[in-house]
This record gives sequence, C-alpha cells and structure tokens, in this order.
Amino acid sequence: MPQHTPLHATHVAAGARMVDFAGWDMPVNYGSQIEEHHAVRRDAGMFDVSHMLALDLDGVDAKAFLRGLIANDVAKLVEPGKALYSCMLNADGGVIDDLIVYYLSDTSYRIVVNAGTADKDVAWMQERLAATGNRATLTVRRDLAMIAVQGPNARAKTWAAIPGSEAASSSLKPFQAAACGEFFIARTGYTGEDGFELTLPNELAASIWAALAAAGVAPCGLGARDTLRLEAGMALYGNDMDETVSPLDAGLAWTVDFKDPSRDFFGKAALVAKGALRQVLGLVLEDKGVLRSHQKVFTAQGEGETTSGSFSPSLEKSIAVARLPLGVAPGDSVEVDIRGKRLKARVVKASFVRNGQGLI
Amino acid sequence: MTTPTDLRYTTSHEWIRTEADGTLTIGVTDHAQEALGDVVFLELPEAGRAVTAGEAVAVIESVKAASDIYAPVAGEIIANNPDAVDAPETVNADAYAAWLFKIKPANPADVSALLDAAGYEAAIA
Repeated sequence: MPQHTPLHATHVAAGARMVDFAGWDMPVNYGSQIEEHHAVRRDAGMFDVSHMLALDLDGVDAKAFLRGLIANDVAKLVEPGKALYSCMLNADGGVIDDLIVYYLSDTSYRIVVNAGTADKDVAWMQERLAATGNRATLTVRRDLAMIAVQGPNARAKTWAAIPGSEAASSSLKPFQAAACGEFFIARTGYTGEDGFELTLPNELAASIWAALAAAGVAPCGLGARDTLRLEAGMALYGNDMDETVSPLDAGLAWTVDFKDPSRDFFGKAALVAKGALRQVLGLVLEDKGVLRSHQKVFTAQGEGETTSGSFSPSLEKSIAVARLPLGVAPGDSVEVDIRGKRLKARVVKASFVRNGQGLI
Repeated sequence: MTTPTDLRYTTSHEWIRTEADGTLTIGVTDHAQEALGDVVFLELPEAGRAVTAGEAVAVIESVKAASDIYAPVAGEIIANNPDAVDAPETVNADAYAAWLFKIKPANPADVSALLDAAGYEAAIA
C-alpha cells in the first residue's frame, strides 16, 4: 500500500497521473510534462515534495555530531537559516544519501532527506548518535508537508498567495531560510530556477496549494522535476550516485570539505585513500534519439556510463550526465550505445540550463 | 481515452486500420500515448522491410521512457509517416490521426485474429 502525502487527494482531484515513487503514490504529471517544465523555466510552478522527510536535530552536541556525520562541514554555517548541501557517507565513502542541512543555531538544525532513503537515513543517524555519544535528539517530522515553488516569478507569486510571507522572506539570499509562523521558507530548490521550498504543517498543505494555484502557480509533477534538475546538472540519488559511488566520482567533490584536517567525518579515510577515479560531465546527443540512464559511453580514454538522461524540453535536444574516465574534456566527441547503435554525442560541462538560459 | 470501433488492436497497444486496398495503417493507441506522456522521438521502419508478427519494428520515446512498437502481423513495410517523425507531439494530440507506418500483410486474414475495440478495452481495464 503506497503512502500518501497530505496533497494526495488534491492531485487525484486535479486529474494527475499518479505513479509509485519510492513507496509514495505521487503525481508524475497533470497533463503535459513538457508544459509543466516550461512553466517553471518561464513563470512559476509548484511540486509536492512532502514525500521527502524533514528531521530536526537538537542538542548541545548537534554541531559536533553533524561535523562527523556528513562530508560537508556545518562549521561554515554561521548565519541563521543558511543551508548546506552534503552527502552522508558509509565507511567505503559511498553515498548513503544526499541531504540539505539548515542551520538554526549551534544546537539546532533542520535536515531534509530523500523519500526513498528516509528510513535508512534515520536508522543510520540514530546508530551514529549512539556510537558517538553525542548529546543530540533526532525528531522525525512527518507532521510537515513540503511544497517547492520554482521559477522566475515563484517568489512574487508565493508572496501574493501567503499573507506575511513577503516580509519574512524578501531579504533571503539564495540557499537561506527563515521561519514565518508555522512556515519554514527556504530560498532553495531543485530546478536551476529561483524560488522557495516551503515547509508547513500537513493540515495547511491543501489550502496553501490552492492559494498558490489561485496566484497562478502551475502544479507540476515529478516528471518535470526530473527534466528540470537534469538540465540544472543536479544529482539524483539512486541514479547519479548511491552507496557504491563516492561523491568524488559523482561530480560532488564540491560538497566534500577537507579543509579542517582535524575534522574526521564518516567515510573520509576511504575518500582520501581512493581519490577521484572518474569525473562527471554532460553529454549532448548530436544524432537523433534520446539518451537515458545507464547507457555505455565510448571515449578516447575508455568507457564510461550515463547516469541520468532524457530529452531536454528547454534545449529541445537529448542530454545526459555521465560518469567518464579522467582526461575526457568538454568539447570532446564521444559515442553512446543507444539500443545497440553507437550514436554521436558532444561532451559539455554537466550544467545545461540555469535561470532560464541555456548554457551549452 | 477513446477506442474507435472501426479499428483493430493489439495487447501491445498498436491500432490497425485496414484500408480499401487491403494494406494496414498502424499507430499507437490513445491509452498508450497517455501512459507514455509527451512523445519526443520516433524511429520508424523503412519501406521494403519484411517483418514478422510481433517483431519490434519501431521505437517511440517519450520524455519518460523508450518503448518498442511491434508489427501486428507479418508482411512488408510499405510506408512510414515522416510528418509524425518531424512532430512527435502529434501522437499525443491525436493518436489515431498520427499513424506511424503501413504494412502490406502477408496473409490478409491475420487481421481478423487481432482484438476489436471491446477486446482491447477489456485488455487494458
């Protein structure tokens, strides 16, 4: 029996096509996925991301605990509400999950983790709390819904829809959040556009969704969310990395902080020992067809593999991110095995569209 | 979702129309296009190719996924639809107008073994 978010009935009533995603019955689209994609690039769209899990970590050792738990360093967070993206690693340096940590104070953090890994993440964090003896309490917040409002007009339309939200959030910089009554408003997202991720009590989700729709924010499904994040070059857990892949091999070296030599985060020794063996770059298909995940890539330096691929609605070309041998560089010409045929692709940086503009 | 009663169907979601000259025009059903989502690419068989019943002869790719399209009966491909290749979204707009390819069947009687509209609707129910 799949789980339902507080907006499930709203999606069904709107005629959304529902699919199972990580054990949750979620909207993949409400009609045309491509139109939803364009709504976010050109105006404003919203996604129910309540299947993701919010966690609160509170206690005198909260900061020390996170410094040991995740590969990025929360010590760099000093402004209240500031967000940090990081991987949480296993002993081999593989990625247990990627997550966002919001700094509230040195003794209080909000963490958001993926739906499919949520149970595993909580169990792992509890295990590490016990093992380290750090004094902090992890609270699972399934009482909270999450709505991502994304696009060039997302902030203005959110302000129009939610009284009081403008005063609370107009001064937020990218990757910063603030509390606003029962709402937590973060200027973050997973689309490459400006916007907010709103966390709010479950019982308010349907009325806020309706208010946003009335303000002209288009409901969007997980299909558009995937093409948007792919164009933005943002990694998807399970596709682009998992427990067998190091962040250094998944294009996520920028999220691993080695600066403080005295900080020993879980998985660090394995990362240091192995180093980077692969790199992540983008591909643009030059022949006709559509790139998909897990297609073989042939380069002058050896074989690689696409980890996510699709048709890019913004560029009207097929694009992919690929894990490739070191030495391959943007501008190289490679071949991809698509259904038994070798088709030509061009190597680019793994970021295709940002703020409505094509980068390739 | 619609299922025209003057067509035949397969459980793999092709529709088949028998033309006056006995040739068959083939596309994918409305149910199929709805399940696939936005169609962005079609790879269709060339005229002159001999095909067997159930052979994968074409590929339809939506934003979400790639799917094979199968020859409903044995025969020879006699045409494909370049308009559909140029504008794959027409499959979403009207799945029964956006035909994909035509077959001259090896045995015209094979068509009567395919599903009728009621049979197809029962198969996808």
